[in-house]
Amino acid sequence: MHGISLEHFLTVGLLLFVLGLYTVLTRRNAIGILMGVELILNSANINYVAFARYGGSSTDGQIFAIFVIMLAAAEAAVGLAIVLGIYKNFDSIDVEATDTLRY
Amino acid sequence: MELTPVSYIRWIPALPLIGAVLNGFAGAGIQRRFGERGIAILACAPVLLAFAISVQAFLHLLSLEPESRFLLDRVAGWIDIGTMKADIAFLVDPLSCVMILVITGIGGLIHIYATGYMHGDQAFWRFFAFLNLFTFAMLTLVLGDNLLVMFVGWEGVGLCSFALIGFWWTDHKNTSAGNKAFIVNRVGDFGFLLGIFLIFWSLDSQGHGALAFRDIQHHAGSIADMHFWGWPVATLATLFLFVGATGKSAQIPLYVWLPDAMQGPTPVSALIHAATMVTAGVYMIARMNFLFAMAPETLAVVAGIGAATAFFAATIGLVQNDIKRVLAYSTVSQLGYMFIAMGVGAWTAGVFHLVTHDFFKACLFLGSGSVIHGMSNEQDMRKMGGLRTKMPITFWTFLIATLAIAGTPLTAGFFSKDEILWKAWSSEYGSPVLWVIGVAGAGMTACYMFRQVFMTFFGECRADPEVQDHIHESPFAMTMPLVVLAAGSLLVGFLGVPEFLGGSNHFHAWLAPVFEHGAHGGAHHGHHDVAMEWTLMMISVAVAATGVFIAYLFYFRQSFSAARVAAIGGGGPYTLLLNKYYVDEIYNFVVIGGTLLISRFLAWFDGAIVDGIVNATAAITRRVSAFNGMFDNRVVDALVNLLANRTYALGTRLRHVQTGGINAYLYVIVGAVTVVLLARLM
Repeated sequence: MHGISLEHFLTVGLLLFVLGLYTVLTRRNAIGILMGVELILNSANINYVAFARYGGSSTDGQIFAIFVIMLAAAEAAVGLAIVLGIYKNFDSIDVEATDTLRY
Repeated sequence: MELTPVSYIRWIPALPLIGAVLNGFAGAGIQRRFGERGIAILACAPVLLAFAISVQAFLHLLSLEPESRFLLDRVAGWIDIGTMKADIAFLVDPLSCVMILVITGIGGLIHIYATGYMHGDQAFWRFFAFLNLFTFAMLTLVLGDNLLVMFVGWEGVGLCSFALIGFWWTDHKNTSAGNKAFIVNRVGDFGFLLGIFLIFWSLDSQGHGALAFRDIQHHAGSIADMHFWGWPVATLATLFLFVGATGKSAQIPLYVWLPDAMQGPTPVSALIHAATMVTAGVYMIARMNFLFAMAPETLAVVAGIGAATAFFAATIGLVQNDIKRVLAYSTVSQLGYMFIAMGVGAWTAGVFHLVTHDFFKACLFLGSGSVIHGMSNEQDMRKMGGLRTKMPITFWTFLIATLAIAGTPLTAGFFSKDEILWKAWSSEYGSPVLWVIGVAGAGMTACYMFRQVFMTFFGECRADPEVQDHIHESPFAMTMPLVVLAAGSLLVGFLGVPEFLGGSNHFHAWLAPVFEHGAHGGAHHGHHDVAMEWTLMMISVAVAATGVFIAYLFYFRQSFSAARVAAIGGGGPYTLLLNKYYVDEIYNFVVIGGTLLISRFLAWFDGAIVDGIVNATAAITRRVSAFNGMFDNRVVDALVNLLANRTYALGTRLRHVQTGGINAYLYVIVGAVTVVLLARLM
């Protein structure tokens, strides 16, 4: 564990977050966007765990990370169900096509 | 003054009320099912039972000491507001005892008579329902322990009178006669009400608010010095009460309804318009005697009105040709005598004449009804004559009653009328003028009554042949009451034989406890000039005999032609009398014409002024509204619309923000977060 400091973890987290954000902003495929969201969540998890390990004596961060994993699973299920619904209505999962809420 | 509380008096008025309710609500069915006999029993039984209870009350009174002869039946509380207290309570004292005996006794006879007279009438049951209701109201009137209960009866008899005068309502003449009676009585009732108000108000202001007669009597002294608008309260109150009495008892100026009331069935005329209701005014004054005794001015008015009525009604009676109208004017005239008695403070004499008059006048009316019945509803005496042999019972009873009203010595009318005339002369309120007018009236009474007897029962029959064939004596139900009443006309006078003729005047002694407070010393115990009394009595008998003789010459011997006398003075006086001094026409012109005139003015005022103001207001309102409407449309709405349009235009432009693309929203979110973070860092 020597040699690997908090900054390393934060760097990995940052990279993951940026990749996720990039995926979310650039993908037109709905499932791709969901995947980007998962990356962002996981970047947050890394930060939680890292801060928990290096920051203080409590285990709050780890517990939080477990909650987030559980939430991510639920979110993925709901998100995929929505995507399925979109597909049924539009015969496509391209988010550019789902613009019926426009002005 | 001791009161004996009892609880059976209430049945005296209650029984006729029950009869009235049964007959009124179930009568039509009973008549269909059981015929007229069922109705007759249902109607007569309560009155006869009430008579029995009245006799019981009379015996009860007799068993008590004279000064404590008061039976009070308090049925229920009624009004209890502040100092105003009135119970539904019935009082039997010697005065009301006389009245209930007369009402239920003579009333019962008339009920029996009516079962014969009304035979064959479709609405037999309705007639008896009202007759019973009348009996109830009349008994309430005389038994009432306070002014308000009395007033209930007072109004009730007026209502029944109205309903029974117009009993045969299909004839317009009958209903308008009923209306006339009711409306004229309203005038009197209004006076009576004002009297009640004034008495209560003045007593209340002295701290003795009371409505019961004995309480009023007890506290009457406290208002002796009170004034109202410069008038002594006692005078004003008694004058108002007297206005009520003139209405109910048909005195000048409110007598005009009574002759027209003869449109009703004859038993009604006998019961209501001769024997009972019209004596209500006399009874009321006798009941309030203590108050009238406090107001000599009122007494003078009462005596004056009574004398004038007695005289003028008698003059009208001289020339009437309708058999019932003669009796009607005779009733008005006889009531005048009673008011003379009241006006000179001779309460007992007045009540005595009331009783005797009830007997002979009821007998006369029922006799005339018997004649009308036998003559197929003919009422014009000029078409009668010679009925003496065809209707012997009717003739003899009618003759006896006529002798009584004419004042033939030893009959009932003789004693009572003579007592009034003597009091009119000798009382401290009396005067020879009253006596002269009274004697003149008595002479005319004798004259027109015998004119009636001669025209109806003697000479040749002047009716149409087919009517003549049907003339018959009336059935037993009608002749029996005639005989009883005729016997009464002969005998009741002996109840009050004056002392100077060797009698003991039981009647006077009987009523003395009621009138002792109202009696002013001199009237009864002063100069008792026996020689004078004899002289006056002889003169009045002589005058009456002259009246009979004149009638005999004109209408029996036909020594003189009535037509020639009628032509005296160009026929003017005769026409004046025949048309009853044109009083109806004068009332028509002054009262009805005046009312119409005011009504027309008010109609014009309403049409021109009130409507004008209303219409002008409406026009102005319309103008203002039009302006308001314009302002609303052009200014207020314009502002509202402007605001709406601006909002709409802004919204139209702003909505382009909503692109619907998720990526676009995400870019905005990221951009915004970035900006916020940058702002934090710097």
